[in-house]
Amino acid sequence: MNLLDPQGPVAAANSTILVDSVFIMLAIVVPTIIAILGFAFWFRASNPRAHFQPDFVYSGRVEMVVWAIPALTVILLGGVAWIGSHQLDPAAPVPGTGSPVRIQAVSLDWKWLFIYPDQRIATVNTLTVPAGAELNFQLTSSSVMNTFFIPQLGSMIYTMNGMVTKLNLRADSEGKLQGLSAHFSGDGFPDMMFDVDVISPLAFPDWVAATAKSDAVLNEESYKKLMQQGIEKGRPTYRLDDPRLFDLIASQHIPPGPGPELISDAGRPHSGGHDAR
Amino acid sequence: MLGKLDWSAIPFDQPIPLIAGAVVLFGILAVLIWVVVKGHLPYLWHEWITSVDHKRIGVMYILLASVMLLRGGSDAIMMRIQQAVAYQSQGYLPPEHYNQIFSAHGTIMIFFVAMPFVIGLMNLIVPLQLGVRDVAFPTLNSVGFWLTATGALLVNLSLVIGEFARTGWLAFPPLSELSYSPGVGVDYYAWSLQISGVGTLVAGINLVTTVLKLRTKGMNYLRMPMFCWTTLASNLLIVAAFPILTATLAMLLLDRYLGFHFFTNEAGGNVMMFMNLIWAWGHPEVYILVLPAFGIFSEVVSTFSGKALFGYRSMVLATMAICIISFMVWLHHFFTMGAGPDVNAIFGIASMIIAIPTGVKIYNWLFTMYGGRIRFETPMLWSIGFMVTFIIGGLTGVLVAVPPADFMLHNSMFLVAHFHNVIIGGVLFGAFAGFEYWFPKAFGFRLDDRWGKLAFWFTFLGFYVTFVPLYVAGMLGMTRRMQHYDVAAWRPWMFVAAAGMAVLTIGVICQIVQIVVSIRNRDALRDRTGDLWDGRSLEWATSSPPPVFNFAFNPDVRGEDAYWDIKSRAQQQSLEHEVPEYHDIEMPRNSPTGFVCAFFATIMGFALIWHIWWMVILGGIGAFATFVVFAWRDHDEYVIPADEVAAIDRVNIEERRSLVSMAGTV
Amino acid sequence: MSMTATAGRAHADPHHIGLVIEHPGPAPKRIVTAYGFWVFLLSDIVMFSCFFAAYAVLVGQTAGGPKGSEIFDQRNVAIETVCLLLSSFTCGMASIAADVRNRFWFYLGMAVTCGLGVVFLAIEFREFADLVSRGYGPSRSAFLTAFFSLVGCHGLHVSAGVLWLLTMMAQVFAKGFRADVLRRMMCFALFWHALDIVWVGVFSVVYLLGSGV
Ligand code: HEM
Ligand SMILES: [Cu+2]
Ligand SMILES: [Cu+2]
Repeated sequence: MNLLDPQGPVAAANSTILVDSVFIMLAIVVPTIIAILGFAFWFRASNPRAHFQPDFVYSGRVEMVVWAIPALTVILLGGVAWIGSHQLDPAAPVPGTGSPVRIQAVSLDWKWLFIYPDQRIATVNTLTVPAGAELNFQLTSSSVMNTFFIPQLGSMIYTMNGMVTKLNLRADSEGKLQGLSAHFSGDGFPDMMFDVDVISPLAFPDWVAATAKSDAVLNEESYKKLMQQGIEKGRPTYRLDDPRLFDLIASQHIPPGPGPELISDAGRPHSGGHDAR
Repeated sequence: MLGKLDWSAIPFDQPIPLIAGAVVLFGILAVLIWVVVKGHLPYLWHEWITSVDHKRIGVMYILLASVMLLRGGSDAIMMRIQQAVAYQSQGYLPPEHYNQIFSAHGTIMIFFVAMPFVIGLMNLIVPLQLGVRDVAFPTLNSVGFWLTATGALLVNLSLVIGEFARTGWLAFPPLSELSYSPGVGVDYYAWSLQISGVGTLVAGINLVTTVLKLRTKGMNYLRMPMFCWTTLASNLLIVAAFPILTATLAMLLLDRYLGFHFFTNEAGGNVMMFMNLIWAWGHPEVYILVLPAFGIFSEVVSTFSGKALFGYRSMVLATMAICIISFMVWLHHFFTMGAGPDVNAIFGIASMIIAIPTGVKIYNWLFTMYGGRIRFETPMLWSIGFMVTFIIGGLTGVLVAVPPADFMLHNSMFLVAHFHNVIIGGVLFGAFAGFEYWFPKAFGFRLDDRWGKLAFWFTFLGFYVTFVPLYVAGMLGMTRRMQHYDVAAWRPWMFVAAAGMAVLTIGVICQIVQIVVSIRNRDALRDRTGDLWDGRSLEWATSSPPPVFNFAFNPDVRGEDAYWDIKSRAQQQSLEHEVPEYHDIEMPRNSPTGFVCAFFATIMGFALIWHIWWMVILGGIGAFATFVVFAWRDHDEYVIPADEVAAIDRVNIEERRSLVSMAGTV
Repeated sequence: MSMTATAGRAHADPHHIGLVIEHPGPAPKRIVTAYGFWVFLLSDIVMFSCFFAAYAVLVGQTAGGPKGSEIFDQRNVAIETVCLLLSSFTCGMASIAADVRNRFWFYLGMAVTCGLGVVFLAIEFREFADLVSRGYGPSRSAFLTAFFSLVGCHGLHVSAGVLWLLTMMAQVFAKGFRADVLRRMMCFALFWHALDIVWVGVFSVVYLLGSGV
């Protein structure tokens, strides 16, 4: 999950900006740290060779420089930030080969549901995508906030109930990656890790076909069961009954997921995360 | 009768909080019994609890912060151990417990360690530096302190009765709404912060008024010591920002208690509004904390370099610039919400702009050292440690202000490392520097050097060993608030961080030992001059500890670095020999208002948390009655007769004079 | 002990600030108190702004419930506004009476202020009770949540103001126009006028703009 080992163009651009910014800043930070230590050492009271200048407390020229150094750095970085924000806007297209894959991600308590509306399938806690194709994500949440993040593909984004956020990514090479939720969402939060299988574009239709044969069906009813609090250790797959399911969730036609059930009045709720273990 | 409260509220099945709570309870009881048996109660009551003396209140703030630092530190140790062991396992802390710990840790460290520490130091020193006898509203000052203490008490009560929030230190809805957090945890969180928030607001109003309206003769704005400037800026931020927190938490509470829909998923509530509101307070809050620390470093660096502060005007300008810009950057805390490239870029650049005045400050300290005669006393060590550490924290701060970089680093361990880098390296180091620097002023004896320096080195090294691994873990994709994890690459770094925590702990122990040793050897460490560091501002112009009235005469300031100026002139003309004419001094009377107020606030807060409505009403009536009684008071001042003032002052003058003549002969 | 003071600078203006009007010293108590209270009022207004902001964000979120124009009663609001504006005037009268130490006009001014405040609160309470009884309570929709909170927050302030007003009358009765009582009276008057200003905001943002939609 190394951020400096990107597997797609977005992550590559993110981490380039990250590294470049660090180097731009190091260029003034390192000399400053050396100066701090150097001045402190040289002007120690016990150094007879250091020249004591108690009146050196004001110098217009030094102050000019002192304001100019951080200002120039910030102008440079501000440019990086401006250009980067526009080029790497999560909603900006990321052209790829072949036709784009639409994926609708829903964060549940505490698992990820990935709906492929065009393929009429859905998966939980695994995301299978073809290498090289543009991936158009639409994201929402069934209850509390989460953040969708695949470190090696780049740019994370929030998922919020009743709202849809957009993210475009691309994975360039086949292999297994990992994704996670980057926003604390309750007791089962650490178990919201998911697998990302990047497979060859040729294998993708086969995978879709195989998944579509699944016995389990995802519709409003089974979705409501799925959104109960709990942890999913397996990797279930579904045939998608209604391709508009995501819209029903995002528009709150399906009401938000329930929280924990109370077992005592004393305010110590029964913990769903605990239970599932 | 007792609302939601029943026996199941006591976590008999969870030994750790129960034992911890029992130990604390036992400790408190033991201290209480000791106090009563030894007959110290009247002393405590008259000299401390009801005191409205800004110095005493400052000391109590710092004591509260120190005790809470131990509590927050214990949480930190538990978390670091958990993350070191919880690889492919549950570790030793189940999620419902771990999640409470990190929430309590954050809440306590910000609201009950950092805040009271800096407010305490400001209280203690600012009136002295301004050359006046007290703050603008002494009784309110005491109210402010005791309300803060009430908040701290409630948070700690949640350890043994009920639970604390499991939502993180900012309690984001909808997770913090009743449907997803039905327990009392969030209520503990919100009510403690509401109560202590009122206390903070009171302190803020008080200090703003003090700096703006109570300055001794000749203390023009541009002659104020830097610490007074940063105090002003920080408290202006408190006055402008804390009401936002109060309103936001009030909305959350209305949602939870009365079924309102500010932030719920249902009926049109808006979560994003919470994020905007809470960070509109939250970002200024970090500057509320760090600005006073900047002030402390300015005082310390200039004193121990034997020079006036370099670029004073730049410093003032930078301080006020930070004060204003800090209200215009809050959105950088949620770049990943998808607000669009223009918005993200504008807020990213605005955030970087704050780094400019901050950088200027670093350079000004640097040039203050240039050409100085630097004495490496403990406060100076903390200051140099700060300068180095804070630059790195600033670097990573500007990095996460670049939106595309933040898209990878948001909410990660890298972010955790960033804000600890600035808060520990900035605020805590500053608080420690101030503590070492002004302790002799408050108590009349200095702190042991050797242990102080050991404490610095262990803390300094421990900090890096603990937090550099977190930067690395963040680069490896690790997010914050993980109760357990299955990624092998993260594990070694969690081990190193745990080891670093051990080093940090040694640092804290050294500091405790330092205090104990110094109290034992206080006679040897006694400072009779009132000016042991060869200081430059007016707090050093009076004895240590200063008399209740601070100054027998309000000093007459004729230039910058007021006391240095007085000292220079005194040396040139030799000390004035005419016997001054003393006058009666009026001082504010002690008042139990603060304590009683806090007592009722505690009752009311507790009752609100547990829905015990009759008790809420009782507490409310009590608080109102206290207010009316306070408003009814007839004499809020007493007079210290001129003879007594003269007697106290002469002793001090004698000490100083003999000192100067000694120095003359050497 | 090093006495490096001699080695220090001889002049007191190392940073070339050059000034100077000398600061005369600490301000008198009356000024300090009023100043502190001003600062408090500013902070209170910041808090109100949050509720205003929340109202602006949530005003469209009626969740199938009523819109503003369907529930606001212009006549009531007009009476409320008149009450508060008048009370500000009578409060000013009372302040002047306190300054010239005229007990009669002071009591009269305060009593009328109190009466107007209570009428205001009664009307507001009736409006709230009526809405709740029709099923339009604050939990009906986010819009109503924001409406009740903003208007209610102002109402709570007015209630606190009425309590304070009564204590002020009692204090003058028991202690006369002592300096500290006068200082408190000044703060009270500032508070009451500030509530008036906030009400003008509430009136325009909630009722005037709201009834158009
Ligand atoms: C050099 C100037 C600074 C800049 C540009 C900066 C920037 C940022 C940014 C952009 C974030 C949000 C990152 C994210 O959530 O993804 C952040 C978080 C934070 N910063 Fe800074 N920062 C600076 C200085 C400080 C200082 C001086 C403090 C405290 C004394 C501080 C304390 C914090 C805290 C507590 C958080 C985390 C809040 C949370 O999410 O829990 N920062 N900083
Ligand atoms: Cu949203
Ligand atoms: Cu910030």
